[in-house]
Amino acid sequence: MNITRRTAIAAIAALGVTAVPAVAQQYPTKPITAIVPFAAGGPTDVVTRLVTEHMSRTLGQQIVVENIGGAGGSIGMTRAAAAAPDGYTIAVGNMGTQSAAPALYPNLKYDPATSFTQISVVNFTPQTIVSKKTLEPKDLKELLAYLKANSEKLNYGHAGVGSISYVSGFVFNAQFGFKPALVAYKGTGPALNDLVGGQIDYMVDQSLNVIPQITAGTIKAYAVAHPERIAALPDVPTTKELGVDFIFSAWNAMVAPKGLPKDIQDKLLDALSKAMDDPTIIKRYEELGSTAPKGADRGPAGLQKLVESEVARITPVLKAAAAK
Amino acid sequence: MWDLITNLQLGLSVAGSLKNMGLCFLGCLIGTLIGVLPGVGPIATIAMLLPLTFGLDPVGALIMLAGIYYGAQYGGSTTAILVNIPGEATAVVTVLDGHQMAKQGRAGIALGIAAIGSFIAGTIATIIIAAAAKPLTTLALLFGPADYFALMVLGLMFAVVLARGSVPKAIAMIFFGILLSTVGTDIETGEERLTFGWMEIADGIDFAVIAMGMFGFAEILRNLEHKEARAVVSAKIGRLLPNMADLKVSLAPILRGTAIGSILGFLPGNGAVLGPFASYSTEKKIAKDPSRFGRGAIEGVAGPESANNAGAQTAFIPLLTLGIPPNAVMALMIGAMTIHGIVPGPQIITKQPELFWGMIASMWIGNLMLLIINLPLIGIWVRLLQVPYRLMFPAIIIFCCIGIYSINNSPTEVLLTAAFGLFGYLLIKLGFEVAPLLLGFVLGRLMEEKLRQAMVISRGSLWTFIDRPVSLALLVLTLVILVASALPAIRKSRETVFTE
Repeated sequence: MNITRRTAIAAIAALGVTAVPAVAQQYPTKPITAIVPFAAGGPTDVVTRLVTEHMSRTLGQQIVVENIGGAGGSIGMTRAAAAAPDGYTIAVGNMGTQSAAPALYPNLKYDPATSFTQISVVNFTPQTIVSKKTLEPKDLKELLAYLKANSEKLNYGHAGVGSISYVSGFVFNAQFGFKPALVAYKGTGPALNDLVGGQIDYMVDQSLNVIPQITAGTIKAYAVAHPERIAALPDVPTTKELGVDFIFSAWNAMVAPKGLPKDIQDKLLDALSKAMDDPTIIKRYEELGSTAPKGADRGPAGLQKLVESEVARITPVLKAAAAK
Repeated sequence: MWDLITNLQLGLSVAGSLKNMGLCFLGCLIGTLIGVLPGVGPIATIAMLLPLTFGLDPVGALIMLAGIYYGAQYGGSTTAILVNIPGEATAVVTVLDGHQMAKQGRAGIALGIAAIGSFIAGTIATIIIAAAAKPLTTLALLFGPADYFALMVLGLMFAVVLARGSVPKAIAMIFFGILLSTVGTDIETGEERLTFGWMEIADGIDFAVIAMGMFGFAEILRNLEHKEARAVVSAKIGRLLPNMADLKVSLAPILRGTAIGSILGFLPGNGAVLGPFASYSTEKKIAKDPSRFGRGAIEGVAGPESANNAGAQTAFIPLLTLGIPPNAVMALMIGAMTIHGIVPGPQIITKQPELFWGMIASMWIGNLMLLIINLPLIGIWVRLLQVPYRLMFPAIIIFCCIGIYSINNSPTEVLLTAAFGLFGYLLIKLGFEVAPLLLGFVLGRLMEEKLRQAMVISRGSLWTFIDRPVSLALLVLTLVILVASALPAIRKSRETVFTE
């Protein structure tokens, strides 16, 4: 009895190879969990909720956002990497978890380049170079000269070790040889509060966070570190048009545990693509100063390339800083 | 002045629509029920219910979410009073006298005065926000890390006043609390401290884990020492609502608490947590007979509860005027706004007046609803206390575990809570008090963060604390309180102030 049952199971398992497409056609048959490795309300969470709400409609199943915060997002991503690759657990990490984490956390239990089935970049948010309202320089050229001369007396604020503003600031300061004091905050909110209050001097942060303050004139914007101007800040020049070699975008990316069947991956990518092409979401992206990936940037190959190139760019800078 | 009235009129016309009133009521009701469940805080609730608001217009959605927030804030005190579990930092002091009142059969009065105090505080705070949100924002921005640190030092003084028993023991507990707060990632270097390679506590220990373990679980362990089956409250249940005499005693503490809470609430970086502690210390200091505190003094509930609610509301000021969240719940509200297509920022008042004033008006309506929801509920809550303890305590434990799990979806934290329960029990047995430890824990985190920021900005010069007028004033005030507390000791009548 036992033996026959076991053989039956084995037979079914063997048949599984051919049975997969039939199962996958029905995917998804139950709600999908999307792990966001940060607290609810943050940039990654907001973008995830925007696109997954639309994806739920395409897929015909609810995508439930689960916030698993902690350790710069690495706890949530570790959990995502260890989940079953059945398409019912996906995750949205960011540049920090998918590029900077290996340099920051020596005990990291996942490798952004190999532990996941990549789905696609969800959005790019260009970084903006901003300062307190009263800082003297009037434009980017002046700012760079001013920083060159005075950076040791100035304070750069960031949202905590491993945060986007930390990483982008590190790359910015290292590239131009600035040596400000680094003031660490717990999150972007408090850091921005002190920038508006003039307690700290400058920041390089996601446009999404600083647009409202720039438009209201509570802080000064020098340039968007992006090839093209962004819709939400039409008057702020780009580093490219000013001839300054500093391009830096934060990004969020949707991934699934390694070993996700190809057809499920395609289904998720298709649903995500539909969301990113939706006029309402395009408009929301614009308000956030964000852009959706286009052409080769969209999809698994584009994401894999991005992860590898960002790891290669960020790791040496952070490692050099840690060695000091 | 005229502007204020027309603006409030606009707000009331938005918030007063049948749909928005309904959403406000729903939010307050959900918030109250969630707040009563230990551990399930407003953050988890708002995150869970966010998708439900996708179909609503932004104003309605935000009114409902705000209702959940202050409803939960209020509901949390119910749990604190009834079962000795502070769900949030702000409810710690409510436990001290509130639960004692419940044990004496005065749970109804404690709950009633909390509701009435919260309503009065909420009304005043609403007026403050409507009239002075802008100038207060300017004031808050003057507050730098150094000033903030000085405020926390002042806060530590409250911790000493908080204690009922011996002062050295209280100080030991404060320091232990501060020590616990240093567990986790170093803010500047990103190095993990005292985590023993345990990733789950890389961001530090959650407040709820310690509070629920050391208050809730430890209290259960202590109750189980007694063999006879007992209800949470052994005494007969008395009056359900406060009478005129109670109100008369409470009015001044409510007003003082409101003032303290409102001021601390609008400061950046979650100053609101200090409000209830400051209010409690004030009441205890100016009371004719401070020894009643910790034994069911009604002022010890009225003041802090008012401070709590006032602070919860003025915390909306930086959110509404700057678009910068002062705490995690407000960060979530910003996320909710963004999802609804509103980019929160300094221009929200001029660009979306109906949203700004509608939110403000809805706060007052929400407070009224909380009063309407909660006064009739008091009877039910109080009757809960008569449930036999052998049924009650497993239920409390289960709800606590669910609550803890819901914070970060982490099973490790549930186990950690159990460990703190055992530790708390040990402390009770040895005659140590838990409240100063919790205050030390809450303040320790903010203190370290602000101290290090201030020191980096000043390049290591301690003069920054003297050079800045706000910081200097706060430190002088701390010194004055310290001397005032020490004077009786010099007069050799220390016992009357500190010991039981």
